[in-house]
Amino acid sequence: MSSGSQTAEKGHAVRFEIVNLDFFYGAKQAVFGLNMKVPTNKVTALIGPSGCGKSTFLRTLNRMNDTIRNTRVKGQILLDGNDVYQIDSVRLRRRVGMVFQRPNPFPKSIYDNVAYGLRVNGFKGRLSDLVEQSLRRAALWEEVKDYLHKSAFALSGGQQQRLCIARALAVDPEVLLLDEPCSALDPVSTAKIEELMFQLKDSCTMVIVTHNMQQAARASDYTAFMLDGHLIEHNETSKIFTTPKDPRTEAYITGRFG
Amino acid sequence: MNQLRMVWRKTLNYVMLTLTGVAALGVVSVLFLILGYLIFNGGSSLNLNFFTQLPKPVGETGGGMANAIVGSLKLLFLAAILGLPVGLMAGVYLAEFGGKTFSFVIRYTTDLLNGVPSIVIGIFAYSLAVLPVKHFSTFAGGVALAIMVIPITVRSTEEFLKSIPISMREGAMALGASKWKTIATVILPAASGGILTGMLLALARVAGETAPLLFTAFSNQFWSPGWGQPIASLPVMIYTYAIAPYDDWHRQAWAAGLVLLTLVLIANVGTRMLLSRGATRSA
Repeated sequence: MSSGSQTAEKGHAVRFEIVNLDFFYGAKQAVFGLNMKVPTNKVTALIGPSGCGKSTFLRTLNRMNDTIRNTRVKGQILLDGNDVYQIDSVRLRRRVGMVFQRPNPFPKSIYDNVAYGLRVNGFKGRLSDLVEQSLRRAALWEEVKDYLHKSAFALSGGQQQRLCIARALAVDPEVLLLDEPCSALDPVSTAKIEELMFQLKDSCTMVIVTHNMQQAARASDYTAFMLDGHLIEHNETSKIFTTPKDPRTEAYITGRFG
Repeated sequence: MNQLRMVWRKTLNYVMLTLTGVAALGVVSVLFLILGYLIFNGGSSLNLNFFTQLPKPVGETGGGMANAIVGSLKLLFLAAILGLPVGLMAGVYLAEFGGKTFSFVIRYTTDLLNGVPSIVIGIFAYSLAVLPVKHFSTFAGGVALAIMVIPITVRSTEEFLKSIPISMREGAMALGASKWKTIATVILPAASGGILTGMLLALARVAGETAPLLFTAFSNQFWSPGWGQPIASLPVMIYTYAIAPYDDWHRQAWAAGLVLLTLVLIANVGTRMLLSRGATRSA
């Protein structure tokens, strides 16, 4: 279950390579010729105005868009050099986890939520140890350790989101995709989640979609700016926010639109 | 001129309020009238004998409807094991799988099946399960009731599954659960309260059906062992006893009506209470 850190030691500097990606919702094209390399064990932020295609792009990385009817993908998405459409989607999603905008815990106990991914993937071993480990990685253990049997709905919004993160981490994914994970949360919960992203970096590649530019500037190593389905600029976060190369990037980050 | 208009408007308001209120009251009172009638006419015949004894031969007083009560339960049991799984699976298909056209066709035909008169379903079950073996049977009655249970179960299962938000499905799939695993381990358990309620209500609905049983289970003065013989049931007994010329039988018919209605009401009210309690707990 330690494929995350193992593959990192193998020295893949690039976890995802996206080549000429086009994405269509029916006849409407949402992503145009996107080329990107997502570096291993770093946080990459995707920023851009509403409707620019960043969430759509994020969801292609773990093939979640397969669940929507009438969608088409052209181009290649390579995970450690392997085309994600050649891998079984179920196994792909064990390696590439996702946290959603609104916390979506299952109507089960806290313990069963975290253990779900393990049980579904046929993990045999001491579940309770792994559940504890995941809850610790998500900075939630201390708050819930005496209430593991309680319903997940008894938690606050910020705690539920951290529970969803723990649940995603339980299967030890190589990559964690986060789709605006803090947009429904208060500042304190947001800070806690940003803190845990910092801790997780070493063992997990993260791609985070965010509307909050301050969050992107604070929490990410690399930032990619998207506009109308195109990738405009992709660079180290510090460089994007201090010396953006494209005038549109500069206009967005200085708040002139979006 | 304005003064007259205001008076007219106020009167119209008042009249409409009264009319709608009276209509609503009328609706509620019908149920209470029926209950009252049944209690008044049948309450006195409700004794231990009613629940434990077999019907006495024509002309003799006394006796009970024990075989009809057990008969109704046996028929409902058959309807449940024959009809509920089919309804459940079809409901799962409609909610989770299915292309647009195929699902539309299934939904439409399910609603049509729901509207088929129960007596027609009785004739259908008759040709299916009675004619080939040339005798009435409990099994045939169960088949008829199962056919009626299916459309109700399909629709309520579909409704409750659809009420589970997509985000929950996405959460499970993002963890590496296949579609069927997601349905079986997350969606069905989450909707189980509503689905079970829908099933109980479907059974309560068919518990009082008389017409389909007339051609299939028919009736029986005695106990009906096994599943291959005609069997007595509460609705058919009510029918038989009510149109007979004996006062004693009339009283027993009222009592049977009261028992039947009470059971159906308990099922309806009870399941709805459980459903609303479950909803507030998990929200």
